[in-house]
Amino acid sequence: MATVNLEVGTDLPSRTFGPLTRTDFVRYQGASGDFNPIHHDEEFARSAGFETVFSVGMLQAGLLATYCTDLLGPEGVRRFRVQFREQVWPGDVLVAAGRVTSVYEADEEPRIDVDLTMTREGGGVAIIGFATFSTDELGEDD
Amino acid sequence: MANKDAVGRQGPEFELTVERGKIREFAKATQSGAPGYLDVEDPVIPPTFLTSVNFWQPPEEAALFGNLDIDLRRLLHGEQEYIFRGAPPRAGDKLHARTVVEEIYDKEGKRGGTMTFVVTRTDFTNDDGDLVAQARATAIETGRAPSAPTPPQGD
Repeated sequence: MATVNLEVGTDLPSRTFGPLTRTDFVRYQGASGDFNPIHHDEEFARSAGFETVFSVGMLQAGLLATYCTDLLGPEGVRRFRVQFREQVWPGDVLVAAGRVTSVYEADEEPRIDVDLTMTREGGGVAIIGFATFSTDELGEDD
Repeated sequence: MANKDAVGRQGPEFELTVERGKIREFAKATQSGAPGYLDVEDPVIPPTFLTSVNFWQPPEEAALFGNLDIDLRRLLHGEQEYIFRGAPPRAGDKLHARTVVEEIYDKEGKRGGTMTFVVTRTDFTNDDGDLVAQARATAIETGRAPSAPTPPQGD
């Protein structure tokens, strides 16, 4: 786990995912059990009026979650919420960023709230997110 | 239009067992390198892992949306939330899940006419009956079919 200074206003180090491939979409669909063909079947996507297949919203949500848990620890997450904005396409590079908005104590543990964004490089915001983490385990050498 | 009388409607309870191999598969599919998922024997689930209830829910559960009279061609996934009471569930845990239609409301859209928001919540309890996790999904039924946006044209 990276050592991150966690105060209100702290920007977490950003992380880049991609360029995303169709294989990334299929791999996520296999892992999650969501087999909507619009994410892997070119012909189906075109028949629905799209130029090509596009990513599963929950894939970019999962990548944004990975951004947080790899920085703050898998065991610490208490809440993770995303709002979907723009679709994500094959070839997209996604940049995850986060900022600490609150540091407090709840349920007898130290916690932080983090605002999150995932932006399509050269495009708009794909999703925004909000997370709460316990910071109890951070800073320990394990 | 979504049937607003559906608020409070519940799906059947179903069980799922959290498996280490599925956690590993999910962590890799979401590009995590965290040893807490990949190396330990009893990893916790990644925050969005419970989306894989797709593998476990009975057909009646999947039909919950069908019974709400929502036009699936105009359906968007607007928002998703996961709440954990303490550390997330771990490999080996057996969870009992049930989904309820929490809220249905309208908003005026900028382009698509009236949008109907349908919020469903799935509660996950352990064998002792303690609530350990909740998943809340917000689906949006748009007033008319969203126009197909165009992908990037390439560099």
